[in-house]
Amino acid sequence: MPTIDLATTPLRELNAALHRRAPDGGEVWRVLNPRGQHAVAAGIDTPVTVEVDGHVGYYCAGMNKQATVVVNGNAGPGVAENMMSGEVRVRGDASQAAGATGCGGLLVIDGNASARCGISMKGIEIVVKGSVGHLSAFMAQAGNLVVLGDAGEALGDSLYEAELYVRGEVKSLGADCIEKALGSEHKAVLVRLLNAAGVGNEIDVNSFRRYGSARKLYHFHMDNIGHY
Amino acid sequence: MCGIVGLFLKDADLRPELGALTGTMLGVFCDRGPDSAGFAVYGAEIPGHVKFTLRAPKAFDWDRVLRPLVDVGGAPPCATIRDTHAVIAVLVEKEILVRAEIERTAGVDIVGSGRRMELFKEVGRPDRVAARFGLAEMTGSHAIGHTRMATESAVTINGAHPFTTGPDQCLVHNGSLSNHNAVRRELIRNGLAFQTENDTEVAAGYMTWKMREGASLEQALDAMLVDLDGFFTFVVGTESGFGVLRDPIACKPAVMAETDRWVAFGTEYRALVDLPGVENARVWEPEPARVYRWERH
Repeated sequence: MPTIDLATTPLRELNAALHRRAPDGGEVWRVLNPRGQHAVAAGIDTPVTVEVDGHVGYYCAGMNKQATVVVNGNAGPGVAENMMSGEVRVRGDASQAAGATGCGGLLVIDGNASARCGISMKGIEIVVKGSVGHLSAFMAQAGNLVVLGDAGEALGDSLYEAELYVRGEVKSLGADCIEKALGSEHKAVLVRLLNAAGVGNEIDVNSFRRYGSARKLYHFHMDNIGHY
Repeated sequence: MCGIVGLFLKDADLRPELGALTGTMLGVFCDRGPDSAGFAVYGAEIPGHVKFTLRAPKAFDWDRVLRPLVDVGGAPPCATIRDTHAVIAVLVEKEILVRAEIERTAGVDIVGSGRRMELFKEVGRPDRVAARFGLAEMTGSHAIGHTRMATESAVTINGAHPFTTGPDQCLVHNGSLSNHNAVRRELIRNGLAFQTENDTEVAAGYMTWKMREGASLEQALDAMLVDLDGFFTFVVGTESGFGVLRDPIACKPAVMAETDRWVAFGTEYRALVDLPGVENARVWEPEPARVYRWERH
């Protein structure tokens, strides 16, 4: 198991080494002393597992493809930003814009995520075991956001087609975001994601409420012709 | 961009290390703010005295300002010269006379004053600015600092933080205010004076005005949420305390950490990594529109 100590190895060497891995990858890497540095384990495209011990800065595991990145600590802004596939797990809290613009893969945050979690998400699946801050899933286009705690103001503002599931209180819904019925197909999605997040046995899927787009903002309505 | 830091020591045993710890935090943010840096250190008070921090051009003959003060102040002021700045302590009852005398002296500006606050700021890389002033040797109970990346006005000392408009009160800011001209006019009508056109100075003035009107630090910060418009993360220092406030949108990043020995603020976690015991600290992101404050007992 390769161990990279970022107190002695430059971050660029770590990322370059991870980028050079063969496509079949497979091994487990351990990263020590990230000390809040930015872009730790960003841009990986191989099924390697990277365990980071400590708090990371901006854009950790950004653009991730195939890899599993585990942060044993907190993550700064933009963790797993634009993830394509693979998994990113944050054992602590995540700062703003977690999973922003993500196109695929799974992001699990054991603690809370702050503002704008899942902003402009495009297919990523996000499970937050704590709460999310204001403007989460802002302009989200596709994917699932599951929040076991509460959501801050303006959840799902200007939402397109992502599905939002919140178990706790929603402070307010953003423009064009409405509550929708929780059907059996949605419960199946919740079961799958809660199992993937390791809490399938603890959480009753019936305790969630589902939110989605009213589809009034992004479809042109003939009555509005005079406004253009 | 820009970087701000704050450190409040709960454990008095750490006070000798305040400057060194603050300097390390500031140095990390050379990349966030390479243009200028400044910091305020709340050191020991000298009973019955008020401290002035003065600024003058390089290689200034400090005797020019200190000599006349012997007559005004009744005794030679206790002065510590640090690069372009000097801190002098004068008897409280002579404060007004001394202030008038300093203001008469060409080439010297009063950077700040108070019973405990000493305030230094200069153009240049933050680590070099800190070294020029000897921050590493400074001691005290709390400190705040700022590294500036100039975006909307020139790289001058006038744009450097912290800003102070009242005794022992100062403020550092990451962000930009949009209604500062209107608020400045209002504050001028209420008797405040401003040195620059800078938006952050208005925020400092607002805090001073509120506290002069009887508000606590907490009440003053709460009022800022109502009356100031724009992006801000503020860290403020007063004679006894330290406070943090973010705008409701939380445009600018912020991280806090606390142990039983200290509370620290950083624009990013990177600034906190060398604090003693940080590996066991509680680390969290301060919530938007919520006032955080700590007071010395």
